[in-house]
Amino acid sequence: MTTRARTSVATQSRPTTSPGRPTPGAKPDVSPADRELLTGFYRQMMLIRRFEERAARAYTQALIGGYCHLNLGEEAAVVGLMSALRPSDYLFTNYREHGYAITRGIHPNRVMAELYGRSDGVSKGWGGSMHMFDFEKRMLGGYGIVGGQIPLATGAALAIDYRAGDEIVLCTMGDGTTNIGAFHESLNIASLWNLPIVYVIINNRLGMATTVDKASAEPDLYKRASAYRMASERVDGLDPVAVFEAAQRAVAQARSGKPFLLEVVTERLRGHSVVDPAKYRSDEEMSLVKERDPVHTFAAKLVADGLLDEQELAKIDEEVTLQATEAAAFAENSPFPDVSTLFDYTYATAVANDSHRLPGQPLFEPAPIPDYGVNQ
Amino acid sequence: MSIMTYRQALHDTLRSEMLRDENVFLMGEEIGLFEGAYKITAGMLDEFGEKRVRDTSIAEEGFTGAAIGAAMLGLRPVVEIMTINFSLLALDQIVNHAAKIYGMFGGQARVPLVIRTPGGGGQQLGATHSQNIELFYAFVPGMKVVAPSTPADAKALLIAAIRDDDPVLFLENLSLYNIKGEVPDGDVSAEIGKAAVTRKGSDITLIGYSRMAHVASQVAAQLAESDGLDIEVIDLRSLRPLDRETVVESVKKTHAAVILEDDWLTYGIGAEIAATISDGAFDYLDAPVRRVAMAEVPLPYSKPLETAALPSAEDVIGAIRQTLDAVGRRRYPMGEKS
Repeated sequence: MTTRARTSVATQSRPTTSPGRPTPGAKPDVSPADRELLTGFYRQMMLIRRFEERAARAYTQALIGGYCHLNLGEEAAVVGLMSALRPSDYLFTNYREHGYAITRGIHPNRVMAELYGRSDGVSKGWGGSMHMFDFEKRMLGGYGIVGGQIPLATGAALAIDYRAGDEIVLCTMGDGTTNIGAFHESLNIASLWNLPIVYVIINNRLGMATTVDKASAEPDLYKRASAYRMASERVDGLDPVAVFEAAQRAVAQARSGKPFLLEVVTERLRGHSVVDPAKYRSDEEMSLVKERDPVHTFAAKLVADGLLDEQELAKIDEEVTLQATEAAAFAENSPFPDVSTLFDYTYATAVANDSHRLPGQPLFEPAPIPDYGVNQ
Repeated sequence: MSIMTYRQALHDTLRSEMLRDENVFLMGEEIGLFEGAYKITAGMLDEFGEKRVRDTSIAEEGFTGAAIGAAMLGLRPVVEIMTINFSLLALDQIVNHAAKIYGMFGGQARVPLVIRTPGGGGQQLGATHSQNIELFYAFVPGMKVVAPSTPADAKALLIAAIRDDDPVLFLENLSLYNIKGEVPDGDVSAEIGKAAVTRKGSDITLIGYSRMAHVASQVAAQLAESDGLDIEVIDLRSLRPLDRETVVESVKKTHAAVILEDDWLTYGIGAEIAATISDGAFDYLDAPVRRVAMAEVPLPYSKPLETAALPSAEDVIGAIRQTLDAVGRRRYPMGEKS
């Protein structure tokens, strides 16, 4: 994009002001296009924030079942990454994915309906929080098995290469995932075959509670790419513009036929999942994390740079909060999938002798009881 | 119609499917330059090039998963896993991904993937290279598992598997690669999910698949000759879906069954067949269903030990005689017991 260099100037350092206390009168040289881009980032980040908070509430109200992992604290990373993709590019991600689905362009109503297990959900209620999929938006899945998406994403890049397409694949994963065999096997294959893929490590420094230092013998995770002669970079995941620019570089390299490993360092504002109170983190650590909250920090920066004022921030908040509220209402009103569809998705190609037996049914109809003439 | 080996039937079918559809390509360890550990892909690298005949790293999870991902975008990969034992390294990708993707995402993505892999003991390959663990895959809804026993079925089921939009585990067997048989010419596909009655009979039903389908046929022919027995033989061909109806209809006619399996008895495919007969033909049975299966040990290397652990034709004949004794059919000349 033509505005990139100027965007860099406008956002090259972390803000020195406290959240909500902008420096009055600051007016950096920002073009209308940049202003639109940056306020757009903020709007998307706020939408994720309010959506996830609404989802957490619905979970505690038992409207959402199973596991529920939130993107709270990762808003800047999600928005920066997704903004670097073309609509034709593919995304594979893990189970912490609601924000990706929304930012990829899937309507929040359909994402929330999936969380509620309803038929209007993005996976028709078959996937839940961890397994969202939309071929049209080229989000080829959230995956619940740690690292399961990495070989798949590599294969999608192989298919693009096979057909000499110009799309790329972006595959996100958590920091703990870099210790799994599938990660190393996949990076090796992608590098050998020059596949158009960007692997992204979202490093929030925690597995569930296990830290990167305790889980990875090379805690500088981006360096792991060097074993596969793959280019890599680490970026501040609390700054959406920094993530966006790094992702653009990574995506450009992938599009030229070389895989890339991007490490995005973020924070996890809550527990591993909604039900985790994260007692293993100290009050000091949590207050530091809250201070670095990417949504608040970015808001303060936009105000300090004179791109938005408090009134405009409040208006955006109001609008995205309404979107989240509407998503919840939509989800609640969407019907559950009909039980008659239970056997619709076992096989794509119909096959002889596919079982449609329900738990209480016998394999074969019971034989009629012989009439010995004694029961009369 | 031509006479050819099981190996040749596989090779020729892979080749013709690659010529027919450019989305079909091959991946696996040593399938190109080395032409495959069992030479199924001989000559394919020269003919189709590295793009369509891909030698992979030794990374079953990585390359099987990559094949699944490529299939999601509409390619039709045929993966060779050198032996089914090594498929355990790809278990997560096969069971948690290939088998789940169509259902888990509400029918939005298909996985037209074939995994070709041989099982089979009896080659003195020891405990880790001799297993028959197709059961692990046959257990999982979303998978299709086929196990052809003849060159003709190898061709027909491979065509069906490649053209199917679901993940298919295509079970081969080390001891079958060199067997010969008639193979129909042309584009002849088989229906997945259907068993075949390969020999009609009325005295007892033998049920097997892959190598054990051959043992069943041999025993049936031998006992027809020696004992005048009229034995029905079912080759399951498909382990998921399982053609329960064909099994049950046969047992309703013969009133007795012996199941042959090349894997361990406990929790095995034979157990599933026996339960099926109990559910569908209980009132027709004249004797308990017998299973002839491997001894419950890790398969040893030393030949006498290996031979003792694996089911043989003699084991099957013994089980048939005991079953017919239990039925009380004394009209047959049953050797020492008759």
